[in-house]
Formats: sequence, C-alpha cells, structure tokens
Amino acid sequence: MSEAGPIVLMGSVPPPARPQSMLGRWWRRLQPRGTTLVTSIPYLWLLLFFLLPFIIVLKISFSDTQIAMPPYQPLFSWAADQVVQVKLHLSNFAFLVEDDLYWRSYLTSITVAAVSTLLCLLIGYPMAYAIARSNPATRNILLLLVILPFWTSFLLRVYAWIGLLKNNGFINNFLLKLGVIDQPIQMLQTDFAVYIGIVYSYLPFMILPLYANLEKLDLTLLEAAADLGSRPWESFLKITLPLSLPGIIAGCMLVFIPAVGEFVIPSLLGDPGMLMIGKVLWTEFFNNRDWPVASAVAIALLLFLVIPIMMYQRTQESASGGGLHR
Amino acid sequence: MATSPRDKQLKFEPWTDPNAKPFVRVERMTKKFGEFVAVDDVTLDIYQKEIFCLLGGSGCGKTTLLRMLAGFERPTSGRVFIDGVDVTNMPPYEQAVNMMFQSYALFPHMTVEQNVAFGLKQMRVTKPEITRRVADMLDMVKLGPYTKRKPHQLSGGQRQRVALARALVTKPKLLLLDEPLAALDKKLREHTQFELINIQETLGVTFIVVTHDQEEAMTLSTRIGVMNHGEIVQVGTPSEIYEYPNSRFVTEFIGSVNMFEGRLIEDEPGYVRIQCDDIEAPIFVDHGVSSAPGATVWAAIRPEKVHIGREKPASPDNWAMGVVRDIAYMGDLSVYLLRLDSGKVVRVTQPNVFRHAEDRITWDERMYLSWHASSPVVVTK
Repeated sequence: MSEAGPIVLMGSVPPPARPQSMLGRWWRRLQPRGTTLVTSIPYLWLLLFFLLPFIIVLKISFSDTQIAMPPYQPLFSWAADQVVQVKLHLSNFAFLVEDDLYWRSYLTSITVAAVSTLLCLLIGYPMAYAIARSNPATRNILLLLVILPFWTSFLLRVYAWIGLLKNNGFINNFLLKLGVIDQPIQMLQTDFAVYIGIVYSYLPFMILPLYANLEKLDLTLLEAAADLGSRPWESFLKITLPLSLPGIIAGCMLVFIPAVGEFVIPSLLGDPGMLMIGKVLWTEFFNNRDWPVASAVAIALLLFLVIPIMMYQRTQESASGGGLHR
Repeated sequence: MATSPRDKQLKFEPWTDPNAKPFVRVERMTKKFGEFVAVDDVTLDIYQKEIFCLLGGSGCGKTTLLRMLAGFERPTSGRVFIDGVDVTNMPPYEQAVNMMFQSYALFPHMTVEQNVAFGLKQMRVTKPEITRRVADMLDMVKLGPYTKRKPHQLSGGQRQRVALARALVTKPKLLLLDEPLAALDKKLREHTQFELINIQETLGVTFIVVTHDQEEAMTLSTRIGVMNHGEIVQVGTPSEIYEYPNSRFVTEFIGSVNMFEGRLIEDEPGYVRIQCDDIEAPIFVDHGVSSAPGATVWAAIRPEKVHIGREKPASPDNWAMGVVRDIAYMGDLSVYLLRLDSGKVVRVTQPNVFRHAEDRITWDERMYLSWHASSPVVVTK
C-alpha cells in the first residue's frame, strides 16, 4: 500500500499542476515539432559546414608540420601499452607572438578595416538617410541601384578598378588629356587603391541595415523635437542619430568583419609589400605549406573578431530592457 | 462662497466682448494638397485661456488646421496671428506654441525625466532650474515615482501625462492637443478630461483641442468649432451648438435627433407652422424663421424633448402617434424607438425617475408623442 500511496496522490492532482520532472520536460522538448524542425535545418547546416571545419582547423593549429599527406602530424596517436597520446603543440601560437610579422599584419588589417568602416559609415549614412526620406516610388529605384553591383561578379568589379586606377588607365588618361597633370599619378598598388576597393565593395552592407533602421523612424518624433524648439540639425543629433545606433552597429559589423580578413582586394589593388592578415594566411598555407601556423593565424583572427562581437551582444542584451528595439 | 470651475467658465465669455483682443487669429486660411482642399477659407478668433475644440469627422481638415497652427504645414493662402505676431511662415522650432501629439511622440530612448526636460534644454535654461521645473511638472501630472522609466515601461495613461508634461513644462503661450484622449479607455478618459481642465485653469494656457468625440468636446471646451469638408460650419459654446445648431449637419453630428422634413405653411415673425409628410399634426414653433413660405425646411427635435404618453394631447399641433418598436433600458434613462404610421422611426428618451414604475410602457403599444413649441429647431440647409 505504501507504494501505491504516492500514485493515487499524483492522480488526484489536476493534470496542469502536476509537477514535471526535469527528464520529462527534456523529453517533451525532444518531441518533433514544426518549429524545431524548421530551426534545426540551418543549425545542422552550420554544424556541418561551420563548426566541424572550425574544429578541424583548431585541431591542426595545435599540430606540427611534417612532409607528408596531410602535411601535419596527427594530434592523437597510439603510444605503447594501449595509451592514447595527445600532443598539443602550442608552438604555433607562440610563434605568432614571437614573429612581429604577424602582429604587424594583424594591426594593418585592423587599421585598414577600421578606416574603411568609418569611410563607409560617413558615405553610407547620408545615402541611407536620403533613400529612407525619398518618396516610395524613387525609394525602390534607389535601393535597386544600391544592390545593382551585386549582379556582377565581385572579382570583375575589382578588376574594373584596376582598369580605372592603373597608370595608363581611364582616370590618368583622362586627366592627362585635360592637361591637369603631365605625368600619370601612381594610384594602383597603393593603400589608397585598397581603401577605394574595400569602401566600394562593402558600401551596400553599410547602407542596407542603416536604411532598414532609418526607414522605421517615426517622423512625428522629429516634429515633436522641432515643436520643443529643436532645429533640424539638433533633432538629428538628439533623436535620429541615437535611435539609429542599432543600424550603425549592424552596418559597421557587416563591413568591419569581412574587411579584416579581406584577401582579394589588397592582393589585386594594393602594394605587394602591404602586409594584411588575409594575405599572410594565404602565403602560409599555399606557399609555405605550413598548415599548423596558417590555422593558428586563422584561429587568432577569429578570436580577435569574436570577442568584440560577444561583448557587443552582451551590452545589447542588458540594454534590451532599455528599449532600443521596440 | 467658493465658485466652482464651472461657474468661472460660465462667466468667462471673452468672445461676447467686442473690445477683447483675440489671442489666436486665423485669417481666411486655405490649405490644398494638390487638388484636394483640406482646409477651406477658415477664419477663426480664439481668446486667451480658452479651451477651443475643433470637432469634426475624420478627414474634415481639423488636424491639418492644427498642424498649420503648429507650423508643420504652410497654408496655401491666409495668415495666422498668435498674440498679435504673424507666425504664418515661422518654423515650428521658433514658435512658442507646443503640441501634444495623438501618438504622444515620446522619445523612446529617453527617460520620462529626459523627455520632459527636452524643451527646457533647447531653451538653454540653467541645470538647477530644469531639475526644479521638471520635478514640479511631473508632480503636477502625478508621475513623480516614474521619472527614471522609459516610455515603453509606462501605461497608456502615464504616457499621455508624460506627453502633457513635456508640452507644458516650457510654459507655451498656446497648447495644441491632437485627439489627446483618443488612446485612453472610457473610464480613464472621463477622469482625464477633468484633470486636463484643472491643469489648464491652474496654468492659464490657451488650449486648442482637435477631437472627433463630441462628448469630449462638450466636457472640455469653452467653445466648439464644428468642421465639415474643410470649412468651419458653426462656432459656439457647447450648449449653443447643441440647442441652436445652424444646419442639418451640425444638428445630426452633435447628439441624436429626430429630423422632420416639411414646408412652411405659416410664416409669421413670432411663430411658424410646418407641415411634414411624416406626421399629420403640423409642427408649431414659437419663434420666427428666416425663410420664404412654402420653402422646404427641417424641424429637428432632440429625443429628450419629446414627451411620451397614453393620453391624446389637447393641442392641435405638435403631436404624433406611433407604435413602440424597441426599448433600451440604460439605467439613468430609457430609449424608446417608435414607428409612426408613415414608417418613420422616432427616438425618445425618458429619465428613469422612479425605481419602480407602475404600468411601464411596453412593446407594440400605441403611444402619443408630443413636444413643447420651443423644442423644435428649424434649419433651412
């Protein structure tokens, strides 16, 4: 009877109030539901094609080179007496710190990315603002024009800039013909060309999130500010700008993160001596065939980028009670 | 004996004083959006300390008129003077006129305190003064405990009071209110109406209120301007508008009414008699009407001014007979819908004076309707 007691008691409790065990809840969550199914597909994709390769790269970064196929030593090996031996080479990371080549290229990459992001913001904000304020018919045309470059290959567009910037290219020839200059200006293979390439290529990624944000702005807020004695410029600084902060941050992330690892633009438009981390990685991987060091470079870059993003998201979460997202 | 606010309001009638100077003067103002005429040749005088209501259905141009007063829209023609100064082309940030928006337009990234302080900061008021005035104003609208909250953490009624505080803290000469109570529920709305009147009287600010709710206009205002199709069709005190409407539109827009179309059969300076198609007995009105004999006129009788009874009225005029089709018991009064022989339905309201009445009126009863000769309003358009 003592065994049956609790069961009877359980039965007398109305079903919604029945205390659920942790296991039961966990099991209920595992039950296939529509939403779980839909969300699990992209997560599976990310798991297979992002997390798994990342783990492989991480593994290689702790390894050492060897002339073999694949060109690195295995992490786990069978030692005597059925013992699994794990050899973690931290030397690759130590090497990154010792050799100032890596430090300097990280620094250049981050500087180039930061300056390009700032330039994109300065150019993109007024554009996004103008598009958001234009009438709906022209707005769609303007947005289409922003996206239009994506219809051509990225590589082709960068090559087009070579044609424009080189010494006997379009711009120099045009200026020579006008008589403004008497010898061509060296534009290709300079930092200037790299900035032009990056700003040009990534500008839409700045404009689109900014536009999405600015377009939502309630215009009566600006009227209210004007009504309380605020001139248009002050209203912009006090109302529009703070409310567009999520758009600014999103746009800057979308430009800064890919720009740090950018490889194609500096190698096609920039000075061959310009050290950027994407190029260093390429050289390490393909020319030196040092997969472990290349992997360590990649992992270090990832950490560089992931930590600020996570910090940003932390602040967003704590501020979400503050109502920037309405 | 202390006078109640209502008494003070009754004595407050600057528009009857020919020497009084209007505080806000709208002169022949017209606003066109393309071909559409939103505001059509409006002329209006509003006096200091008034609560003036612009009343009309949606799309009648009342909000456009208000936005022109605030400086958000430029009139196509006409002028606006506020306190003797021509402000027609003045941008909103230079005008000492504040507006309370229908959506409240609170700045979502600022706290209640920062929202209210915004206007004072723009005026370059010193910091201690800002703190003091903001605190005073927030106390006045009873928001003291909520100063550090953001707008999305407040209820609708609290947001409304933040908007009011923000608009009033800079001591504007004129406050424009766009549907100030529309977003509140009925109970809160009634409470807030009286609070608004109290605040207005304490501060002595002139209010211009836009509303589509005639009850709100009746409670709040010293005078009402009824708008239709961009024109102001009548300006008057709430009781003038209700008891002496000047057109069919105003009569039907304010309250409910029984409208009888008819012809003048007797037209004397002291009285008129109207023959209607719907009732046998003529309608006798004890005042003159400026219209030609035989002309089509409309006699409007308010439901509460119709008497309902079982005895045939003695007078040959001003009565009708109908069958009770519907009764609605509202608590304080009952509404009866009676169908005349012509098929026209007449609405009658009777106060429920006694808790228990012997011999109540019931459905399908034939009843006599009658009214006093002073009750019908005769309108010619």
